[in-house]
Amino acid sequence: MILLLVLLPLIAAIAILAGAPARKTALAGSIVTLAATLSALVRFDASARGFQQVVTVPISADWGLNFIVGVDGLSLIMILLAAIVTVAAVWFAGKIDKYESAFYACLLLISGGAIGAFASIDLFFFYAFHELALIPTFLLIGIWGSGNRAAAAWKITIYLVIGSFILLLGLILLYQSVPVESRSFDMRVLQAAAGQIVPEAQRHIYLLLLIGFGILISLFPFHSWAPEAYASAPPPAAMLHAGVLKKFGLYGLLRLAVPVLPQGAEHWTKLLLVLLLGNIIYIGLVTIAQKRLDWMLGYSSVMHMGYVFLGIASANLLGTAGAATLMFAHGLSIALLFALAGEVRKRTGTLVFEELGGLGKVMPFAGLAFGFGAFAAIGLPGFANFAGEIMIFFGAFRNGWELQRFHIFQIATLLALWGVVISTVYMLRAYRRVFMGTMAERWNDLVDLRRELRLPLCLLIAALLWFGFFPQSFVRIVAPGFETYFTAKR
Amino acid sequence: MIAACNLEIAVLLAGMVILMLEAFAPRLEKRTLAFAAIGALAAVFVATWFIEPNPAGETLNGFWSFYTADELSIFFKRFALLTTILVLVMMTDYAPVILSESAGPSRLGEFFALPIFTCAGLMYLVSAIDFVMIFVSLELVTISFYVLVSFNRRNAATLEAGVKYLVLSAVSTAFLVYGIAWIFGVTGETSLARITAALADPAIERGGALFGAVLVLVALGFKIAAVPFHIWVPDVYQGAPTPVTAFLSVGSKAAGFVVLLRVLQPFLMLPQMRRLIVLLALLTVVYGNVAALPQTNLKRLLGYSSIAHAGYLLIGVACFDGRAVVFYLVAYLLMTLLSFAVLVIVAQQTGEEIADFDGLANRSPFLAFAMLIGMLSLAGLPFTAGFFGKFFIFYSAVAQRQVALVIVGVVTVACGFYYYLKVVRAMYWQPSPASTTPIRLSALSRTTIVAMMAATIFLGVYPQPILRALKPSAERVARSTR
Repeated sequence: MILLLVLLPLIAAIAILAGAPARKTALAGSIVTLAATLSALVRFDASARGFQQVVTVPISADWGLNFIVGVDGLSLIMILLAAIVTVAAVWFAGKIDKYESAFYACLLLISGGAIGAFASIDLFFFYAFHELALIPTFLLIGIWGSGNRAAAAWKITIYLVIGSFILLLGLILLYQSVPVESRSFDMRVLQAAAGQIVPEAQRHIYLLLLIGFGILISLFPFHSWAPEAYASAPPPAAMLHAGVLKKFGLYGLLRLAVPVLPQGAEHWTKLLLVLLLGNIIYIGLVTIAQKRLDWMLGYSSVMHMGYVFLGIASANLLGTAGAATLMFAHGLSIALLFALAGEVRKRTGTLVFEELGGLGKVMPFAGLAFGFGAFAAIGLPGFANFAGEIMIFFGAFRNGWELQRFHIFQIATLLALWGVVISTVYMLRAYRRVFMGTMAERWNDLVDLRRELRLPLCLLIAALLWFGFFPQSFVRIVAPGFETYFTAKR
Repeated sequence: MIAACNLEIAVLLAGMVILMLEAFAPRLEKRTLAFAAIGALAAVFVATWFIEPNPAGETLNGFWSFYTADELSIFFKRFALLTTILVLVMMTDYAPVILSESAGPSRLGEFFALPIFTCAGLMYLVSAIDFVMIFVSLELVTISFYVLVSFNRRNAATLEAGVKYLVLSAVSTAFLVYGIAWIFGVTGETSLARITAALADPAIERGGALFGAVLVLVALGFKIAAVPFHIWVPDVYQGAPTPVTAFLSVGSKAAGFVVLLRVLQPFLMLPQMRRLIVLLALLTVVYGNVAALPQTNLKRLLGYSSIAHAGYLLIGVACFDGRAVVFYLVAYLLMTLLSFAVLVIVAQQTGEEIADFDGLANRSPFLAFAMLIGMLSLAGLPFTAGFFGKFFIFYSAVAQRQVALVIVGVVTVACGFYYYLKVVRAMYWQPSPASTTPIRLSALSRTTIVAMMAATIFLGVYPQPILRALKPSAERVARSTR
């Protein structure tokens, strides 16, 4: 079943390249993937720990290399995110003028790469699947992008290549630092052998993973590729990349750094806190200063990564579960916002705040949906983002908490809380400048979203609200995995 | 079962028969000769699976003291045969260019026969375990390349390439002979096994042997295009007929590395040798990748990229990881020949500049996709053979804690992505030029390209066949490095 999930988008992409009708195949493939994910979710046993529905295909006995897929709570939730956003992105893409089949194949390859990475238990394929998305991203931005697409495409590609090769070094070092008899690329074996890695090696590996994954996640100061790439990318590509693919790095940190390298994480906590405050405060202020909607959304997605890092840094059950929740919620909300920004650009040809305004009058549905997205991104109660953020803040604040002293975690949490204010400022500003206020004459004959385009947006909003009102349904799936990590550590 | 040395004899006979056919049957359609050559080499290729095992014993003498048929050599005999077959396929596509450039009688028969002799030389070379044998077979390879490189002798650039290759090759040969003489002078032996034994004697003069080994390294550095012995590469690669360039960059380089692996074994106990190779590797990776960045001519770009790949291979040599080097060479064979195969076909229609590939995705989606696979594999993207090559190399570099090599390696890989993706960008982003006629290709070339693409992806997912084929030899290399 999981194997099918991983292969479905790839098979659909190959079918499209081989000449199947592009849009129909892509849509069918992504919807079947979503259905398969939901059925896996139903069959998932939340009370059991460890990976379920595991399929193993041996590749190289000499290297202990196997193709292993399976899910636990965290990966299943990430696959669900990928499947939902893929359906929305493919649905939203509509008619493409040039190379339509290549466009849809690229989208599905990104989606397949992300799902494959989330479902892989073997580190090698975990890594390889993520790389699969690299070239489609390059082509999507380069061929179908807008603005300064060439520069953006080069920048994202070179950044991500360097990031992923640093990551590869970290993974190789991790493999080599466990004793020879338990050397394996299998995450389960590595987690079991976690205690045998000496602290010094843990520090080195953690730093490599932090920088490698950090570049992929746009951790401050490695973030500069993200806003530019998302501003130039065609909206479906931005949805998939910002919404799903970027979560690969966070997923990797949660999956590897937290359980396997606790001492390494402890050693670099201060560095990570400084960097993530850079994400939240500095990038937050930069976001406020943006004059275009697409750049603002790009920067805001960089900024929100800071919260997730805070949850990962807090290294306790509450914080990491919050991080997982926020990853999921942010993926949905940013996809929603990028989709709407793309629609606005398609109609008006511009995303500069100065020229827009009052579009809510002619595009009421888009305005409403954007409002939902903006409020979700701010972290208003009732949206999944709120559930994630509040768990992260409590988790981080509780870390090292003593009555007499104020630790670095408490200071960092207090500073990070200001991020909520910052994101309120820029999100509401953007909402006002695009959809509220007086409207220029020339936008009078704009039309609202067609009915069939509303469906994918409603899907995203519904998921956001569902997990906002019932976060427990989410935490119940994710938490057992994290519990194992933290009980094993003690 | 056949004796291993019969393989080379069969190859040489095939080459001579084809030369005779050229001389005595002038009416014969020339391409038949190429097909005959491909068929003969394919038969020999199959025969490599029915080889008598290497005679065992501590003291081998006579023929077996300078010729070995161990797993490594059998593996590389297959490698050489496969390379030659693929190059011959490319040559059939390239034949019109040779015909149009030669004013007198067509010499296509020679063009098809010479690679067979090179192949025989390569096959002897990988079996050679004695310096005399190494020297002789290396010369057989080089001399046939002299002719091949300057085959279009009416073309000024080709002629320049031929002269450059001739002069610099001769100099490197001189270094080789001088180095062998020093080693012989110190140890009194030319057989690699006996040199190893002689060097273990503490009474021996190490300095002289080391000097000799460095001279040999210089000569081999020329063959594998390591910096600073690479000066000939860009011009020769650009000037030579394209199939010959492909042959040069794969066959000649692979042979150089096999010899390097064998020759270095006696000298690896000397720490200076290792430092020297690390230095060579660093220089080569940095130079190859950085110099490739601004190139606009694809053939020249591939020339610089072959320097860069020599650097990665040298990282593997510096870490004594024979298996990683061999796997990388196999991946390199597939992806380089794949790129050159597309280049040969496209260049006849448009040209060799990267700009000539603009809009290839429109004109010939098949060729563009093949080139895409080739470029991605050269860059080292997962699910292609090139990635496993880089993975194994980096793996052993990390295991040996070669920090400088690892850091430089990662930065240069990113450079590599830039210049390989430049080709991808031309094919997919750029608008098509005015002429959009589809590009024809023969059934043979199409099959070959499909096979190479399939093999590149297959090895990128399932590297085990190569690793398994090499296991005994890798153990041998590991044993000797201990």
